[in-house]
Amino acid sequence: MRPFTYERATSVEGAAKAAASVQGARFIAGGTNLLDLMKLQIETPTHLIDVNHLGLDRIEITPEGGLRIGALVRNTDLAADKAVRRDYAVLSRALVSGASGQLRNKATTGGNLLQRTRCPYFYDTRMPCNKRQPGSGCGAIGGISRGLAILGVSDACIAQHPSDMAVAMRLLDAQVDTVDGAGARRSIPIADFHLLPGDTPHKETALKPGEIITSVTLPKPVSGTHVYRKVRDRASYAFALVSVAAIFAKDGTARFAFGGIGAKPWRVAAADAAGKQGAKAVAEAALAGARTTEHNDFKKALVQQTLVSLYRQQEARA
Amino acid sequence: MPSDHVTRRGILRGAALAAAAGPALSPAHAAEPAKASKGTPMTPVELTVNGREVHLQLDPRTSLLDALREHLHLTGTKKGCDHGQCGACTVIVEGRRINSCLTLAVMHDGESVTTIEGLGTPDRLHPMQKAFIVHDGYQCGYCTPGQICSAVAVLDEIKAGVPSHVTPDLDEVALSDAELRERMSGNICRCAAYPNIIAAMKDVAGEAKA
Repeated sequence: MRPFTYERATSVEGAAKAAASVQGARFIAGGTNLLDLMKLQIETPTHLIDVNHLGLDRIEITPEGGLRIGALVRNTDLAADKAVRRDYAVLSRALVSGASGQLRNKATTGGNLLQRTRCPYFYDTRMPCNKRQPGSGCGAIGGISRGLAILGVSDACIAQHPSDMAVAMRLLDAQVDTVDGAGARRSIPIADFHLLPGDTPHKETALKPGEIITSVTLPKPVSGTHVYRKVRDRASYAFALVSVAAIFAKDGTARFAFGGIGAKPWRVAAADAAGKQGAKAVAEAALAGARTTEHNDFKKALVQQTLVSLYRQQEARA
Repeated sequence: MPSDHVTRRGILRGAALAAAAGPALSPAHAAEPAKASKGTPMTPVELTVNGREVHLQLDPRTSLLDALREHLHLTGTKKGCDHGQCGACTVIVEGRRINSCLTLAVMHDGESVTTIEGLGTPDRLHPMQKAFIVHDGYQCGYCTPGQICSAVAVLDEIKAGVPSHVTPDLDEVALSDAELRERMSGNICRCAAYPNIIAAMKDVAGEAKA
């Protein structure tokens, strides 16, 4: 690990200011992804700003009837929160399908949104990677790409977004609330929060330097059956090959978001619109524009079959 | 226990000496001693470890795991992968199990840590330690301290109603084999002592007596 200096921030504004003014500074919250990458020297911050003591760990009902989730609420606590279990069950389900109990005890809501891809070429510093080292090329294209993305990819990068939580947040139309170094606040719709790789895959989010996530706000609950189905190589503690977050409403309409297949949490309006037509139509709409390799082409069929399974389960419930 | 003075620790020490006589080993997995490189100021860190207050001066890079093992010489907590994948380093911080390899000691200034040494002693074993012995919940033992710390915390999580991936109804968390297996998935055992670990945990939870 490269040397760095460390400070414990005492205010949100102070943290944002420090991050904006110190070259190479990074926030650290749970640290489970950042420290892993620092040990591999994939992340090499010169200064760490510990944001764990900023009081951003509350979950509150908003005046609009939604839920404001502090950026430092741990994944365990968010999944176990009574209001989340009752009104946003898809979020609870997504959270508990990710990582391990130990990691969920540390991982935060803000940090989970910012976690980086598990593309093996991003992790292997001997290989080229445009995300890790802009302009160095992509080892994954033409390499071993079984786990990688098939939607939103570019000629520069086919890395998949790893988060389960973010897929549920995307389904629920969450807003990411931030403060920047000048003290300005804004809310970013989650659809705009994660960026597609294009020819700048190292730019992953809409956050500006020094901008810090303070909370994630969910709109009013969406009624219906909330499900999160994750398909992976082992039964627990593995990243998704394909995951589907869905809410099936009583009137037969539905909404969907997908993990494991996109360069970012994936959702398309056409797939939601096809909800009444069934699994095949939803899969077709969701997979429009898919660009696969010989290793990950199976994900298309897996998306459809996962949807078929969810529809059957839904019919059995009705 | 062996009646002569051959112990696992003694054998390991011997093996380490033998290895040292051979070609140089890759240092990749050796714990980095806590000498700060030039320009990195040492940071004071206060922890309560197993009920005892300790004051350390640490390079900010020091993981909680290295602080425990290399500075406090509490070597019960093990370093397996050092990347949060195996769970051998699991300790309980402020009542919650975490991977001590993926957190900096300095981030826990003022907090309390329980390691395997704090759960019980050879004379006064924690019920979970006793149950692991009774049910043969280990073979080589390397992952065992992490397994036991995790297992103790898992029973508390179930009691507190924290749901898991296999909880059928998010509002009704109940103990079952499936729940224990799912919740222990962050602790890998190369010897595959899993069924006996589950038996030990059920024993402690009062579910089934062997």
